[in-house]
Amino acid sequence: MAHVWRMIAQRLGLGLLTLFVVSIIIFGATELLPGDFAQAVLGQAATPEAVAAIRRELDLDQPVVVRYTNWLFGVLQGDFGTSLAQRGRPVSDMILSRLGNTFFLAIYAAAMAVPLALTLGVLVALWRNSLFDRVANSTALSAISFPEFFVAYILIFVLAQGGYFPSMARMPASADLGEKLYRAFLPALTLTLVVTAHMMRMTRAAIINLLSSPYIEMARLKGMRPSRVIVHHALPNAIAPIANVVALNLAYLITGVVVVEVVFVYPGLGQLMVDSVSRRDIPVVQAIALIFAAAYVLLNLAADVISTLSNPRLMHRK
Amino acid sequence: MNGSRSRGITRRGLLKSAGSVTAAGLILPASYRKAMAEPRRGGTFRVGFGHGATSDTLNPALWDQAFVQVMGNSLHNYLTVIGPDGQLQPELAESWEASSDAATWTFRLREGVTYHDGRDVVAEDVVASLNHHRGEDSGSAAGPIVEAITDIATDGDHVVIITLEAGDADFPFILSDYHLPILPAEDGRINFQNGIGCGPYMLESFEPGVECLMTRNPDYWKSDHAWFDRVELYAILDSAARQNALITGEVDVIDRPDLNTIHMLERAGANIISVSGTQHYTFAMDSRADPFTDNNVRLALKYGVNRQQLVDTVLSGFGVVGNDHPIGRSNRFHADDLEQREFDPDRARYHLEQAGLDSLTVDLSASDAAFSGAVDAAVLFSESAAEAGITINPVREPSDGYWSNVWMVKPFTAVYWGGRPTEDWMFSTAFAAGAPWNDGFWENERFDELLRTARSELDEDLRREMYVDMQQIVRDEGSIVIPMFSDYVMATADNVVTPDQIGANTTLDGVRATERWWFA
Repeated sequence: MAHVWRMIAQRLGLGLLTLFVVSIIIFGATELLPGDFAQAVLGQAATPEAVAAIRRELDLDQPVVVRYTNWLFGVLQGDFGTSLAQRGRPVSDMILSRLGNTFFLAIYAAAMAVPLALTLGVLVALWRNSLFDRVANSTALSAISFPEFFVAYILIFVLAQGGYFPSMARMPASADLGEKLYRAFLPALTLTLVVTAHMMRMTRAAIINLLSSPYIEMARLKGMRPSRVIVHHALPNAIAPIANVVALNLAYLITGVVVVEVVFVYPGLGQLMVDSVSRRDIPVVQAIALIFAAAYVLLNLAADVISTLSNPRLMHRK
Repeated sequence: MNGSRSRGITRRGLLKSAGSVTAAGLILPASYRKAMAEPRRGGTFRVGFGHGATSDTLNPALWDQAFVQVMGNSLHNYLTVIGPDGQLQPELAESWEASSDAATWTFRLREGVTYHDGRDVVAEDVVASLNHHRGEDSGSAAGPIVEAITDIATDGDHVVIITLEAGDADFPFILSDYHLPILPAEDGRINFQNGIGCGPYMLESFEPGVECLMTRNPDYWKSDHAWFDRVELYAILDSAARQNALITGEVDVIDRPDLNTIHMLERAGANIISVSGTQHYTFAMDSRADPFTDNNVRLALKYGVNRQQLVDTVLSGFGVVGNDHPIGRSNRFHADDLEQREFDPDRARYHLEQAGLDSLTVDLSASDAAFSGAVDAAVLFSESAAEAGITINPVREPSDGYWSNVWMVKPFTAVYWGGRPTEDWMFSTAFAAGAPWNDGFWENERFDELLRTARSELDEDLRREMYVDMQQIVRDEGSIVIPMFSDYVMATADNVVTPDQIGANTTLDGVRATERWWFA
């Protein structure tokens, strides 16, 4: 077990390094984009005087290295700075409610998608090449092949214009959990349709791959029922690849859902990120990029820990 | 000049052509009129905007698009306001008078108006509210429009005296600009953070780029305005999402419906409102750069654009053709008798010859950041100009940074103008020599002379004459191609009632829908 803890510690250290590199890349990339905050926020109304005044006020006239170092020292002390756009409003304050919404939607979608994908994956492996397999496969693949916004529009057309669910998934502060689940149902369903195929196909492939191993043949020859062969013997050994694909999809649910947020007018982090990039609000962009990168690092780490724990050869190394 | 397509009369067709003929007019469908009894109090008015970003703030110096404009006009009052008929009306300023040279203006404030927190609206607040935009360090987008103010003084609590560097007969119009609300002052500075104003609605919560929730101000001084109990503004950037929100009853009004699918919106039972105002789309030529230094080249391009085709395709018919000057048909001094410039490849070729050229090749920079459909418009321009032997290469520029890196930098660019309520304001902003937004870098002595004279002239007829002359000069010598004026288009749910005439100066009834409209 000790080596698992060591791995976690090591990976977290490397993760911090990754975050540091990400922050430099993002800062540099936003620096390369044409224009800065002062020009972006004034748009067509920008006069040289107004641009200069805003730059002076927000220290945007400092060299890039100075601005990055200032930002980094702030972060090391736990201060993510204040948004350029919302003068004086701490970045953490701007991000928190959005972060909550993003996690809510990701967890909601994952709670539907992961059990559905795993169950379907096991079932199609069990009845592979049957009619059920083909229908489940082609349905899931069509759902993933359509662009997200198209799936979203279809659902709006059928379920929102039909009067069953709201087309706008706004989250009033006063809403209780039930109402939140109701309001966010359509975006969650869209995301479920989008991520299920990937996880289901991976589960199916991993299990089928194992079904040709000698120990499965042995189990079959003993006369074991196919469902027991798969659930008790094949599945435990397929956990590693499944955990990896689930982790990737969860990370996607947190970081990559801006299109769904836009279509359903859902106030999540993705929209905030896009807005902030287009307005060059660098402190906000940096903070969100770090959150997204951290989500990838942590979820991948979790997947690796699960694969290690599920594999006796890794757990009991000589 | 009505921009309708050739087909039978539909409600929308009728509405559109009527709107364009009767400058700024609006004819409501008969069924709609019946529902329009006396205004009724109550209800939650929900508006979906095609604008709104997380960088929106309560700071009036940085307001730009419709979401924050409606928010500002709901939370605050202004010294003056442009009425639905385009005439200036008093708001916080009860009355005003000018000195004989129109350079000193005395405004008398309405007494007994209070802010949401109970304080009185006094002259000091007006001083602080205007000073917020003045000076080098203000960083205000309204800086240039208050630049002419040299001094603001008070005389007691209810009189403000504003001195200008030169006479300006239209100065009270300037004070209706959406950047200039009156906010409570503390130690000579306004505090905008808490959203307290003296407007019809009080701020409940504001989440930039998401929503703004407001409740009715029970002490609002206008008893015949502000009918809703609550107002909720939502940023719904995706046009399909916006239309869905209206169809499924999540909102009552949407701004900027997608013109390509508007018939489906109508079929779903929404009312379409379209108003022809001052908003126009242009192609600016840098008159300092070859080949645009030669007016014949500029005229060749003006004759080489098929205006009606642009209105029909880029605006889906929701607009009218422009006559190469920036004054809309709803403006007071619009030159109605000026001949409309038409697409004429032969004239274009003639002017090209006059310029001593056999052919002409220019790059036209466009991006959908300029206006929606700008790239398509550039391609259409290029095709019609080809008939006159002019080669226009449409260049798709990045939307990011368009206003800083392309507009007024590249020699030939697509541009959006919201327009201005007065001739002087529009001309001073974008055509006066050396003006910060003179995007044609155009200078014309006679024009500048007329502009100065007309500005301080108080005689209405003389002014009309001068402004008509100026429109002609800009049309024939200016360095901007102005092919189309775009309507303000909105869609409302069945139960929303609008007054007979709605404002044409900007979208949503001059961004005053929250205080002027009501529920049936």
